[in-house]
Amino acid sequence: MNERENISGRIREALKAPAHQPASHDPAPTPATASTPRQWLPKVSESVDEQLALFAQNAAALKANFQMFHMAEDLRQALVRLSEAEGWQRVAGHSGDLTNVLCPALNLPLLRTDQAYDFHELEQCDAGISECDALIAQTGTVLVTSRSAGGRALSVLPPHHVVLARRNQLVADLPAAFELLNRKYACNYPSMISFITGPSRTGDIERILVLGAHGPKRLTILCLQD
Amino acid sequence: MTITLFIPCFVDALFPRAGISMVEILERLGHTVVCPEEIACCGQPAFNSGYWDQSRPVAAKVLEQLKDAETVVIGSGSCGAMVKKFYPELFAKTPQAELARQIAARTWEFSDFLVSKLGVTDLGAAFPHKVTFHDGCHGLRELGIKQSPRKLLANVQGLQLVEMAEAETCCGFGGTFAAKFPMISTAMGEVKCASAVETGAEFVVSNDSSCLMHLQGLLSRQGKPIKTIHLAEVLNHR
Amino acid sequence: MSTFATQFLKQARVMAGDLRHRQIIRTALGNYGIARDKGKTSFQDWEGARQLAAETKWEAVNHLDQYLEEFVAKIEARRTKVHWASTSEQAREIILQIVRDKNARSIIKSKAMTAEEIHLNDALEAAGLNVVENDLGEFIVQLRHETPYHIVFPSMHLTRGEISELFQRELGSAPTDDPQELTMIARRVLRKKFLTADIGITGANFAIAETGMISITENEGNARLTAALPKTMITLLGIEKVLPKLEDLALFLPMLATMGTGQALTCYNTMYGGPRQPGESDGPEEWHIVLLDNHRTELLADAEQRDALHCIRCGACLNVCPIFRNVGGHTYGTTYSGPIGSVITPHLRGLQDWKHLSNASTLCGACTETCPVKIDLHHHLLQNRRNASATQPAFFERLAYQIFGSITNRPALWAIAKKLGRWGQPLQNLVKGSALDPAKAWTRTRELPPLANESFKDWWRNRK
Repeated sequence: MNERENISGRIREALKAPAHQPASHDPAPTPATASTPRQWLPKVSESVDEQLALFAQNAAALKANFQMFHMAEDLRQALVRLSEAEGWQRVAGHSGDLTNVLCPALNLPLLRTDQAYDFHELEQCDAGISECDALIAQTGTVLVTSRSAGGRALSVLPPHHVVLARRNQLVADLPAAFELLNRKYACNYPSMISFITGPSRTGDIERILVLGAHGPKRLTILCLQD
Repeated sequence: MTITLFIPCFVDALFPRAGISMVEILERLGHTVVCPEEIACCGQPAFNSGYWDQSRPVAAKVLEQLKDAETVVIGSGSCGAMVKKFYPELFAKTPQAELARQIAARTWEFSDFLVSKLGVTDLGAAFPHKVTFHDGCHGLRELGIKQSPRKLLANVQGLQLVEMAEAETCCGFGGTFAAKFPMISTAMGEVKCASAVETGAEFVVSNDSSCLMHLQGLLSRQGKPIKTIHLAEVLNHR
Repeated sequence: MSTFATQFLKQARVMAGDLRHRQIIRTALGNYGIARDKGKTSFQDWEGARQLAAETKWEAVNHLDQYLEEFVAKIEARRTKVHWASTSEQAREIILQIVRDKNARSIIKSKAMTAEEIHLNDALEAAGLNVVENDLGEFIVQLRHETPYHIVFPSMHLTRGEISELFQRELGSAPTDDPQELTMIARRVLRKKFLTADIGITGANFAIAETGMISITENEGNARLTAALPKTMITLLGIEKVLPKLEDLALFLPMLATMGTGQALTCYNTMYGGPRQPGESDGPEEWHIVLLDNHRTELLADAEQRDALHCIRCGACLNVCPIFRNVGGHTYGTTYSGPIGSVITPHLRGLQDWKHLSNASTLCGACTETCPVKIDLHHHLLQNRRNASATQPAFFERLAYQIFGSITNRPALWAIAKKLGRWGQPLQNLVKGSALDPAKAWTRTRELPPLANESFKDWWRNRK
């Protein structure tokens, strides 16, 4: 008998004794049978404009930099201005509809993380530029996967994570994000899915907020209106 | 109606004025009050320490004495919780299980009885002082009592209620806890006393004498001017 | 009394008088409380969310055999190696063996309370291996040779000054009082470790049965790096962490964030479904998952307390517990502190040795009220007391209750007891506070109330 069988056996044995119903000690349990998270989570408007405004508001509160552009050219210029302002010498990115069109404008050495790469080189990059799977209005979150955002490290190792997104990638809430993941990847999930909500932070020192603990200190989301 | 008023051991021996106030209030409202003389303890000390076999005979006597009561009112939040919430558990799978359930259903803590059962919030009392209210944990969390005392105090003439930041925080008495873990009990009481003093109130009021006993013990030792008084005494003040 | 109980009392005495500590914790938790309460009100119905969370965890734990099997099958299908450990020792040995097989020299580790539970770092260090904690708070307490103070905030008890001194001493850094600078010092030091580690060890917050994934919640990004850079990744988790469906995270991630840190959502919530997959450019080549029992199946078998396994380790119960707030996390002397620790430690480490944690509570119920998955925490403390006294009653305590019980509900005896008490009080006053005082546990810090000359029962009898 190996440990798997031992433990599984103990679990089955243990579960023979029925437990009382969930939260039966609660004097006034709210009936929640057949409820879904969406009923309880903060409400999000169905209007796309209001969702966009909510995303922008959340991003600002998280100290992420979020900008919308009507034209690709404006986005391109903003990216170049950002690069110049921060003095980027080298950036990293992956192949994608948006990244392929917008990154060359930077005219900088670009480390591609689509195929095997040396992460010591990634460490030398000033920014990691990726696409995403979705922007989540409810929480100001950027949803990435190892397949959509150039692997696992691109969106977390460089000190500045730049996300290139389209307005139609905006979803209302967390349940919608999970629905999207299910639709897009159900048969073959990427090995990493990450919900990124603001730049890296810590409150471990006297609960004072400090950005850029280990992940990126800066998160910029540049969104193209289709 | 005939109200069976159960005055528990520490109210009986240490704070009789609280019990007397309850009798006077209920009689003034036109009810007949009966106080069972045979029983003084609900059995909570043994129960809370895990000695349920020692608690059961004590509680069984209480069930016996209360079995014909039309309505039971208990002069303490913690003893009220014991009878109302824990007797059914203590007597589960015993011959008294059903009796325990029935008595629990007819049992009230004093302030909740006035407001929720009798629908009375104005007792014509006057207590022209600034007070703050301590929510005894058992009354608050086992019996859901939060608004009843406040509704009653709101109608006391001249009384000004100031809420303390730590109104719902445990005072640190906890029955035998106060003797088994006296340093923690004292620390918790200090936090509570500081919160009460911070309000500038002259009195700390509560529906649980055991909490007040603990707070008064600390306040007296520290020489703080704020005094403790049971809710019933305030409501009986004219 | 067990040595653990003696140690607890001793430490509690010290901490209860430490006003500086009390204030530090009060400030930290005060800010947390404001953020948490604001977060709760942003939900359409916080109580509805709690009930759904309670039901979801009930479903998961009460069908644990089914969901655990599903989780393992799905994750093994993606080339993940799953190991099962009945005991702490087995878990340590499994991990040590992986480390040896890989000839690993340097290990980085993100936050995992389960690893604390099995004393993993001690075992790795005893084997001559270098393991570095990369969560800032854990890094700090590791440098101090301390255990984490709190399951979510490992260094809550420390001031910036103490952290600065620590870094100066251990890292040779320049003195600074600025949390930003201190964080950057740690970031620089740990960067090198991230880039050179052979093995990354993580914990997990949840295990998703439906899709065969684990989920890790963090703010810093250290776990993401731990799961991205080293060639071999090891994840340790308790068997009870299972959730049925991926979409359940839509509820649990915000609830964990709200109650854990007062955030709407923690900065990084990441699901891992396997090591590097074909077509992926990075990530570990090998991923080992170690499933830990360590008495969880015993707790599972205790149907009355089974819901203690619903715990999502948010720490909210610690934050509202007045005992925790006054004695601090280290006083508990064990991995899991606060109310949840006081409930499960007797199960994980022995009832008679650890019942004192379940005793050290006033049963105020603040924990049960706050728990996002509605665990009946304070009643479990009471049940532990009942179970402890049933198997090993304390002779004198039980006798005391028998005597008290036989006096109080016999009117004649009770009347005599009160009379004796009234006579005895002046005598007690003479020895008050001294070693002879029978009530010195009380009177050391408090005045005793005087026994009334006319008790309630006297008054009642006299008016008739």
